[in-house]
Amino acid sequence: MTQTRRAERLPLWQAAYVIARRDFLAILLSKTFLFFLLGPLFPIVVGGLAGTIGSQVRDSVETPVLGIMLPADDAVQLVATHHQLTAGLNVDLPHIRQLPENAGDPRTVLRNNDAGLAAILSGTLANPVLTGSPAQLERWRGEVSLLLAETRSERPLEPLSLGLEAAADSTADRQSGRLTVAQGAQLLLFLLSMLLAGMVLSNLVEEKGNKIIEILAAAIPMDAVFLGKLFAMLAISFVGILVWGGVAAVALYAARDILPVFPDPAVGWPAFLALFVLYFAMNYLLLGSIFLAIGSLAATVREVQTLSMPVTMSQVLIFFLAGMAVADPDGLAGWFATVFPLSSPYALLAHGAVQPGLGLHALGLAWQALWVAIFIKAGAALFRRRVMQSGAPRRPLLERLRGRRARGAA
Amino acid sequence: MEQVLGLRPQSDDTAAEPSGASVSAPPLAIEARGLVKRFNGALAVDGVDIAVPTGSIYGILGPNGAGKTTTLRMLLGIIDPDAGTRRILGSDRPHDMARAIGYLPEERGLYPSMKAVEAIAFMGSLRGLPLREGRKRGRALLEEHGLAHAAEKQIRHLSKGMAQTVQLIGTLVHRPRLVVLDEPFSGLDAINQGKLEGMIRRLAAQGTTVIFSTHVIAHAERLCEQIAIIAGGKVPFAGGVDEARDRIPAQVRLETRAGDGRWRSALPADARAEHKTGGGHWWSFALPDSGIEPLLKALIEGEAGILSLSIERAGLHDAFVHIAGEAAARALQDDQPERSGTRS
Repeated sequence: MTQTRRAERLPLWQAAYVIARRDFLAILLSKTFLFFLLGPLFPIVVGGLAGTIGSQVRDSVETPVLGIMLPADDAVQLVATHHQLTAGLNVDLPHIRQLPENAGDPRTVLRNNDAGLAAILSGTLANPVLTGSPAQLERWRGEVSLLLAETRSERPLEPLSLGLEAAADSTADRQSGRLTVAQGAQLLLFLLSMLLAGMVLSNLVEEKGNKIIEILAAAIPMDAVFLGKLFAMLAISFVGILVWGGVAAVALYAARDILPVFPDPAVGWPAFLALFVLYFAMNYLLLGSIFLAIGSLAATVREVQTLSMPVTMSQVLIFFLAGMAVADPDGLAGWFATVFPLSSPYALLAHGAVQPGLGLHALGLAWQALWVAIFIKAGAALFRRRVMQSGAPRRPLLERLRGRRARGAA
Repeated sequence: MEQVLGLRPQSDDTAAEPSGASVSAPPLAIEARGLVKRFNGALAVDGVDIAVPTGSIYGILGPNGAGKTTTLRMLLGIIDPDAGTRRILGSDRPHDMARAIGYLPEERGLYPSMKAVEAIAFMGSLRGLPLREGRKRGRALLEEHGLAHAAEKQIRHLSKGMAQTVQLIGTLVHRPRLVVLDEPFSGLDAINQGKLEGMIRRLAAQGTTVIFSTHVIAHAERLCEQIAIIAGGKVPFAGGVDEARDRIPAQVRLETRAGDGRWRSALPADARAEHKTGGGHWWSFALPDSGIEPLLKALIEGEAGILSLSIERAGLHDAFVHIAGEAAARALQDDQPERSGTRS
């Protein structure tokens, strides 16, 4: 009998594959998929354009200049000292421009100038006066005081002999760099998940709208429908990531000379990249299984759209929780973020950047996979109960307990 | 056995008979007892019992909202009953037998962007048929239905009737042993209804069990060997069509030359005198339990002068009224666009 049943039933994974294959090809071969691929490139293009425009605006604005309105001898001394300090010792001082001693009242000159003057140093070296806006005075008083002190000093300025020895690595730099890698990886994981997992919300609307769900529900278990849809969307996401990753790789290669060098993550780059892929998949499946269940309860596309806001906000909350884990990995927040299924991929990805060893990751991935299975099972059961209106009605808790006790007694 | 449309059912060698089935009784393809289903507290199906013999054409007859679709959905495992048991092809878990079942739901559904042949192959693959084989059979079946030109067309570009045919082919492409059709005639024109009736007969001739729901009595009367009448979520009758008709005694219509005589005492007490035409006297009454022969003898001996005598068996519609009640019959009639009853 068991053999007969097996022969007459499509195994869960095979049924899920039938659904996944249909969904994957339907999306991949649709005309709108091209826009899906191009979508994330739009912000990059817009960002690039904005950067270019910003650079042009910055170039068009003149650098603030300090006007020197001193007697000729004082001005010559001050300009010479300025040159020695900036060119010889690499001290960061305001740009200066010498003005005629009798150019007029500094406040009037500042008000009417078109030469980028932000402040004017007038009077004499013995009794100097700095005129400018309060913010500018606050900004330059230190530098101008240093410049005046050196100019008035009796001793000639001599270049210091300072030995410079570059260290290739330091613990502080490494830790700081790895934290940056951890945060960057978390941010990337968050952005990709937010961008891609939300698509799952509307995944069952088509089947419900076209009444296909009835055919699916009669032929295969609802768990297989959920599983298939989830993996189809994950595969679509990987296609997107491959395309975007390819574009990003080309861009990074082109800009390799100006990019900062990131330190190696604690587990090494190959393992870290593999972990990133695995944690993305787990994060996608965890979020996706919940979104699929939520979306399946929605009757219309409008309801799905309404749901997308709280869903996005919940993702942001999880991201913040995972961020706390980076800041305080051994604290309560860190442990909670590691154990809580939805933040676990973020927390463990960051862990991989700062701590060596892969044992915890194997455990974490298994833990997350368990929750994916639980979420899919629960989502399918909820769908059957709420949408298909299947399953026996729930009895009151007291009644159920009584029934259990009675069975126990029997 | 006639090979029709390449839809030969899968071998019965894996079919499991219900436990306890006797050797003489035909094995049951479907056996349901006491099925109950409530939606939001409202009773939709109330203790339905159904037994569908293997290889038969079985109709579930009732007005809209009677519980036909809910019953079928419970039988197929789409929804679980609140109470009761079901055995489909020997299994109490319908999904375990999914590869041997074909199901056409009342609300038709296909992916609009799918090509017709792909839709058929997809529906077959849900029931375990490899895609390649599904496409091959799909093309052949489309050709047999005169739809070869539609094979590579997207569903959204097909007419409603063509899409329905594609879905029906998809329901049968994996050669199921049990075919469940929920209101299969709705939305079809008279010609396509006739074609579908022919297809159902051919499937049954090949040994496939066909169960379908309908609110059109004529389809059930023409096709079914067995029916279940469902009204208000209950099944007041389940059995053979003849058995349903026999619930109402046959009506005798008698025309005599004489208007009175000692033979009158042989007529049943409920005999009604009807209008007179051409000098004859018309009588109408239910066929007595003793049969027609004693009555005939009394009429002849009493010199009633029999001009004509006919015995009319009740039609399924009359049986439905008798069994389900006037209200259910009226609801059934209201659901039908036109009543094309056949009465024997």
